[in-house]
Amino acid sequence: MKKYSKYIRPYLSAFILGPILMIVEVIGEVLMPKLMANIIDLGIVNEDYAYIWGHGILMVIVALLMMVGGVGGAYFAAKASVGFSSDMRRDIFGKVQKMSFANLDQFSTGSLVTRMTNDTTQVQNLLNMMLRMMLRAPGMLIGGIIMAIVLNPDLAKVLLVALPIIIIVVVLSIKFVFPKFKIMQDKLDKLNSNVQEIMISIRVIKSFVREDYENVRFEESNSNLKESTLKAMKFIILLMPTMSLIMNFTTLAVVWFGGKEILAGRMDVGNLTAFITYITQILGSLLMVSFMFLQSSRAFASLARIREVLDCKIDINDDNAAQKEKLVNSGSVEFKDVSFKYYKNNSEWVLDHISFKIESGKTLGIIGSTGSGKTTLVSMIPRLYDADEGTILVDGVDTREYSLHNLREGVGMVLQKNVLFSGSISENLRWGNEEATQEELEQASKDAEAYEFISNKPEKFESELGQGGVNVSGGQKQRLCIARALLKKPKILILDDSTSAVDTATEARIRECFYGTLKDTTKIIIAQRISSVKEADVIMVLDDGKIAGMGTHDELLKSCVPYGEIYYSQVDKNEEVAE
Amino acid sequence: MKEERLNFLQAKYESKLKPKSLEELTKMTGTKGGHGPRGAMAAGKPKNTKDTIKRLLSYISGEKLLLTIVFVCVILQTVTSLIAGYMLRPIINDLTGEDASVSGLLKGLMVMTIIYVVGIFAQYLQQRIMIGVSQNALMKLRNDLFQKLSKLPVKYFDTNSNGDIMSRFTNDVDSVGQMLNSTVIQLFSGIIQIVGTLGLMIYTNWILTLITIVMIPLMMKALKAITKRSRKYYSSQQAAIGTMNGYIEETMTGQRVVKVFNHEEEAEEEFEYLNEDLRNKQIKAQFFGGIMGPVMGNLSQVSYALTACIGGVLCVANGFDVGGLTIFVNYSRQFSMPINNLAMQVNTIFAALAGAERVFAAMDAEPETMDIEDCITIKEEKDRNLYVIPKAGDYAKNLTDRSDIVSEDELYLYKEVKGAVTLNNVTFGYIPETIVLKDISLYAKPGQKIAFVGSTGAGKTTITNLINRFYDVQSGEILIDGIPVKSIRRDDLRRNIAMVLQDTHLFTGSVMENIRYGRLEATDEEVIEAAKIASAHSFIIRLENGYDTILEGDGSNLSQGQRQLINIARAAISKAPILILDEATSSVDTRTEKHIEHGMDRIMSSRTTLVIAHRLSTVRDSNAIMVLEKGSIIERGDHKELLEEKGRYYELYTGKSELT
Repeated sequence: MKKYSKYIRPYLSAFILGPILMIVEVIGEVLMPKLMANIIDLGIVNEDYAYIWGHGILMVIVALLMMVGGVGGAYFAAKASVGFSSDMRRDIFGKVQKMSFANLDQFSTGSLVTRMTNDTTQVQNLLNMMLRMMLRAPGMLIGGIIMAIVLNPDLAKVLLVALPIIIIVVVLSIKFVFPKFKIMQDKLDKLNSNVQEIMISIRVIKSFVREDYENVRFEESNSNLKESTLKAMKFIILLMPTMSLIMNFTTLAVVWFGGKEILAGRMDVGNLTAFITYITQILGSLLMVSFMFLQSSRAFASLARIREVLDCKIDINDDNAAQKEKLVNSGSVEFKDVSFKYYKNNSEWVLDHISFKIESGKTLGIIGSTGSGKTTLVSMIPRLYDADEGTILVDGVDTREYSLHNLREGVGMVLQKNVLFSGSISENLRWGNEEATQEELEQASKDAEAYEFISNKPEKFESELGQGGVNVSGGQKQRLCIARALLKKPKILILDDSTSAVDTATEARIRECFYGTLKDTTKIIIAQRISSVKEADVIMVLDDGKIAGMGTHDELLKSCVPYGEIYYSQVDKNEEVAE
Repeated sequence: MKEERLNFLQAKYESKLKPKSLEELTKMTGTKGGHGPRGAMAAGKPKNTKDTIKRLLSYISGEKLLLTIVFVCVILQTVTSLIAGYMLRPIINDLTGEDASVSGLLKGLMVMTIIYVVGIFAQYLQQRIMIGVSQNALMKLRNDLFQKLSKLPVKYFDTNSNGDIMSRFTNDVDSVGQMLNSTVIQLFSGIIQIVGTLGLMIYTNWILTLITIVMIPLMMKALKAITKRSRKYYSSQQAAIGTMNGYIEETMTGQRVVKVFNHEEEAEEEFEYLNEDLRNKQIKAQFFGGIMGPVMGNLSQVSYALTACIGGVLCVANGFDVGGLTIFVNYSRQFSMPINNLAMQVNTIFAALAGAERVFAAMDAEPETMDIEDCITIKEEKDRNLYVIPKAGDYAKNLTDRSDIVSEDELYLYKEVKGAVTLNNVTFGYIPETIVLKDISLYAKPGQKIAFVGSTGAGKTTITNLINRFYDVQSGEILIDGIPVKSIRRDDLRRNIAMVLQDTHLFTGSVMENIRYGRLEATDEEVIEAAKIASAHSFIIRLENGYDTILEGDGSNLSQGQRQLINIARAAISKAPILILDEATSSVDTRTEKHIEHGMDRIMSSRTTLVIAHRLSTVRDSNAIMVLEKGSIIERGDHKELLEEKGRYYELYTGKSELT
């Protein structure tokens, strides 16, 4: 509960006022039958017009007060539940902003989106319902019982039989229905993933003419879903008639015993009718509670999913950074005996005791086959992941000494899986530097060889990009991403396979700026193509998380077997390509 | 937040956050379930109500007998509950009357017991039958939708967002389900209840009934006023939710970029702006959705109070019986319930009909064009495939060169499938106005390897889309072994073309199943053989359960490159004489690519292969290379010829020019 107090505190008054106003409604509801009984027993029997009118007007006033209570209660319940869930949503979003890459790896993008949208709405609906029902159901229950006892303690004994039966039924049904609902939900997820697959793979399905095969698969999960739904619903529909049965027989018992009381002259007719109303209220409120439980199962599952994010331990922060004010100045990078693995219980290292040093302003090329650890290695420089063993030094200082903000400010990285955002090209480029002038934008895009195609667009830098940059080609997208990183004017620039869709000639022109604008920047380039790294000051060959060789192109060609293999896989041995 | 930033955000979201009209809301998807005031809103008004209802009913009309029982049960249930309420009158009157006796009381109670039991039984029976009927109908609806969907052309999937299609299966089918399940029944019983209650009220006391009737317009007015507002705020809430969900989705997708650029604070600011906006709108929407119950309920409390008071006066002055008063006040208190219910059900029905309409719209989307009459089919024999050409068809009639015909019978000519591909002056655009391919002609002999080189958007993939008829050409024609693809049965055509796409999506299921997708009747040994050819065997056997390892659609247990190898194995197992490789090895590093070269050669030998590749090294040994630019072939020839030509290919190959 403590975890949620921060979401309740700002709306504490609404959280209190809502249920209180609801109580007004409940009290009214409890009073009404008694007032009615009084009209019958005291007004009609005594033929007292003034009494009847007086009580009638009183009842209208009570009804109006109830309305005020109900409407007010609805207002505060809305305010409290919306406030609670908006704050919670804000916290989830904020939490994700603080997550490290390793933290993010635990959650799929889709599941994070669901948690912030669907799940918070579920919680909000539950809260709204609870605030409006929380005191109502117990209030009706207790109020009803009190009034029943006041009216006729002997007759109230009927409840001693009815209540336990109803409670047993409710508890049993919740116990049986919950797991059935869960199975139903699983089958539904399965069906949905079937649909998703056909959408993503429609070309494969059609080219192999597997429509019928997919139909059969779908039909199977569809009928599974139906069966499990039926199983759950069979229980639910049993609940309602059972409840009415109990309620009806209780009423019958009350009329029977109460009737005999009246015949014996120990009870008034008005009180009997009031008594019946109370019994209905009591049992009805129990019914309400049981439905609330059923409804809340989904919301509690949502809450658990939300907690997973909120309780996720952020594994990279700068709480222990000793030199928070320090900025990256020159940009030299050194790895000292660095080892790393993604899954800590794996025996294999992804990076296995890596040590190297690169002076500021130099260019390091990294090459190696898929899965050799290239991306992992460069991710450690801006602390996207932290090394399990060893240290990484930037400007001779342990990266963990910097504040994350300052460290990342000094490191520009173009990711392999890069993303542009919806908005204009200039908005996207300004991610690198919000205050960038138009000249700076143009310079950066010229350096990244993006200026030409941007100027060819009708609206130039103000052209809108669709979500994910859908309306530029792969190569153009990569060049925009490079320009964005250049605008940051980083001390260390990392290009992770970021020119794969750019042809060699353009790529060569992009590299020219390494010697111009980026003269003093340390450049680290991961590439598939040898030609991309050939001119680097030093090339590192990674193989299975180990450095298989380091040196210039010519040195490696002579001494490093894997390098030679890669080289000759790209260049025909016999006909050296004309340079 | 800085004012400058605030202004920027306001300008950015101004149009998006405007509340949408109901019609637009109808189209909105994905964010519907569970939001907003329950029942108090309609997600949109359906357009062609009559047809939609008719079509929906067709899903349950097969169960006429069961439905009749259901309706009888509903009537029974409603009527018994009305009578049970009424029964209290004679019982109470007996108790207050002169000749009150225990036996009279007992008799009354016996009757009530029977009525109760009948009512409850009817209630259970009705629900039990209805659950079965509606679940069956839903299953049928989903099956139909899915089957239709799989028949739709690729174009439909290219032009509709996945989220949109998905929401038809989830939100829309759900709301239809809800309606089938309970709404219709409740609507029916609600009407009986209102009419019955009203009848009993008039029968009991017409003067008091007048009070209740006076209250009805008041209630309706309140209902309308609340509904109007709640709809308005609901629609602005939906717009806000949509915008915010979009922002969340985009940011989560680009979360890693956000971090690399230290952009967390800006992201939080923008989110907070949208969250605040949503909060304000949501409170209003929730409030107006929430007051429906209390306002309506308490209006009937007022009517209850008035009846009690005036009824009391009538008892004294007019000799109205106490039993009558008792049941009457109960009626008047319960009277708002069915009205309230009906109001809510009407909204659910609108939502459900709008949902049904969207479902049917997807079903009615134009499927792939029908195969022509007398189309040519392809018969699979042990070691060759044969075209089965109906003599009645146009192709056979116009056939002059019969040298390829291997045999014939009364109705058909038979010709061997060799895999020659011809394009004659093909012109095509996804939208007719924007031409993607201009006047393309080419010929691939059986067994040849033809490569397409060119920049993104040059039209390479489009050519392959046309050959297997994902799309149909606008002008010109495509021929396989001299037969126009349009006259070959589409399924047979596709069965004879194996494709390996750049997209590395795999199906949920085992590795074995995924490879076998290429030829369902392949044995385990054949699957393993295919995996070996694609160089996938060595990593597969190192997976947790080898070939039985379950793969997830986008699961992370395999790298992109490994997924591509499985895709290649899938093509290897197929016996199709034509093979299309669309950037099939783009995620495989050059070293591994070198390793699988031998296997690829085996797959390509004896098949006509069309290769699209970005890496020029992969296309070097092709029989012919087509250089595409802006939809036209600008150069063609083999590697050597093209290099000697010193044209575009030469520039590309030597890195003097760029692929944009």
